[in-house]
Amino acid sequence: MSISFFYALAGVLLLGNAVLTALDNSHPRRLASSLFWGLYGLLFLLGDWLPPMLCGALVLLMGLLGGLNLVKPKAHQEPDAKAREQGALRLGSRLFWPALCIPAITLAGSLAFPWLKEQGFDWVSGNATLVSLGIACVIAFALACRLTRESPLQGLKENSRLVDAIGWALLLPQMLATLGILFAKAGVGDSVASLVGEVLPKGVEFWAIAAYAIGMAVFTMIMGNAFAAFPVITAGVGIPFLINDYHGNPAVMAAIGMFSGYCGTLITPMAANFNLVPAALLELDDRHGVIKAQLPTGLMLLGANILLLWWLL
Amino acid sequence: MMDAVSYWPLLGVLVVVVGFALRANPLLVVTLAGVATGLAAALPFTQILRYLGEGFTHTRTLSLILVLPLAVIGLLERNGLREQAGNWIGRFKRISAGRLLALYLLAREVTAALGLTSLGGHPQMVRPLLAPMAEGAAGKAFGPLSHEEQQRLRAMAAATDNVGLFFGEDIFVAFGAVMLMHSFLTENGIDVEPLHIAFWGIPTALCALLIHGSRVLYLDRQLAKGWLRRPR
Repeated sequence: MSISFFYALAGVLLLGNAVLTALDNSHPRRLASSLFWGLYGLLFLLGDWLPPMLCGALVLLMGLLGGLNLVKPKAHQEPDAKAREQGALRLGSRLFWPALCIPAITLAGSLAFPWLKEQGFDWVSGNATLVSLGIACVIAFALACRLTRESPLQGLKENSRLVDAIGWALLLPQMLATLGILFAKAGVGDSVASLVGEVLPKGVEFWAIAAYAIGMAVFTMIMGNAFAAFPVITAGVGIPFLINDYHGNPAVMAAIGMFSGYCGTLITPMAANFNLVPAALLELDDRHGVIKAQLPTGLMLLGANILLLWWLL
Repeated sequence: MMDAVSYWPLLGVLVVVVGFALRANPLLVVTLAGVATGLAAALPFTQILRYLGEGFTHTRTLSLILVLPLAVIGLLERNGLREQAGNWIGRFKRISAGRLLALYLLAREVTAALGLTSLGGHPQMVRPLLAPMAEGAAGKAFGPLSHEEQQRLRAMAAATDNVGLFFGEDIFVAFGAVMLMHSFLTENGIDVEPLHIAFWGIPTALCALLIHGSRVLYLDRQLAKGWLRRPR
């Protein structure tokens, strides 16, 4: 079992949404939306075979279609409230089983496949957790169809309803990861580290600590990813000041430094898969609703991290 | 050495900052920032396209984990999953919305610390189960929720999943972040045990539990006093 099978499956689901969008006569942005989802599915299916430059051109086109707000949801019939109440009465807690199947099977698979590999049964190529998630979703889908007596086609329609709810934000996490790669290739890290080094007042340990933690959070907010900020700020501020000048404990610096980055992750729209996608998925009116809920936690934790660094370093 | 560093690549960062200040569409901002960064670094346009294409192909897992559970969740929702989640939690009188979220925070942080990061997540846990349960528990205690209260509970449910995941997973030695820190420090001539890095994550993890835990418990009080009835 390989991960490319599930890429193909996701590609088919996305192409399905493109077809359903194209068939919707009342859709306000039928062509652009259908093209967006069609390209998305196509790249999922054929990404490994198409030349990277062509993929890049198609990704750029998708970025512009979504970025210029040309991707809109279909006019959905939300599932009828009365039917939902009746379903809850009829099926009761059995409704939970397929949903709980997903984490349970994912967990079982991600523990079992590496163990089986040690025993000589190498059944999975690629990341065992992702393959397990894929298998879990397929099994849960079969179970859900059986339990609710709905057709798989209805499942495709429900998938399309929820994909529409996420909309162009679905592309954002991938674009951000790509932006991180471009930033790295262009040497953004070196520029930022040299900039921070120049403005940092010398000789006061507390300022160096604060600059390290806050720098990590702010750069994470810009990059959307603490993994990208960590090497930059640690090389620029952490190692020269906290380790070389003040002889701090590198394990404390690294652990709390990365967590300071995570505080930034909580309060930036650039961390799209954690902040913007759930806002769309939960149908919040405010795109930044999740970020606003996290802002006090993020700021208080950043303060706590600075104090912890001050005490423990 | 400092003189040799070029500040041109910061153009991409500037595009990001200005884009968000203007509240432009984030996807547009990120796309333009990527192109601007490539051009500022004097990369040929064909090379920028190649990076875009490779970046998309290599990061497909990010979308994969969002898309795959949706068909299951959608089918169950159509048949009353969210209603059932709300009804079910209502049977437990002592579980308020805040206590439920605090419990979930603890469970999410502990399981993430054990490396079981796939036990939660927004598409498969927060939307179908956690958020409706929080709404159900609050509705049971205080009558029908206002639109603002509902929105606030949903946002806090999503936030709780994030906080629990982020500040739990770095305590697990085999997690990518710990290995990334370890290999980066080793490359820079600093020898540190991954176990020590994971260990020094614990103080922050406890702070996260305390800070966010108190905030979700405080939600009950806000709901009881009706402070969340109106938009703020």
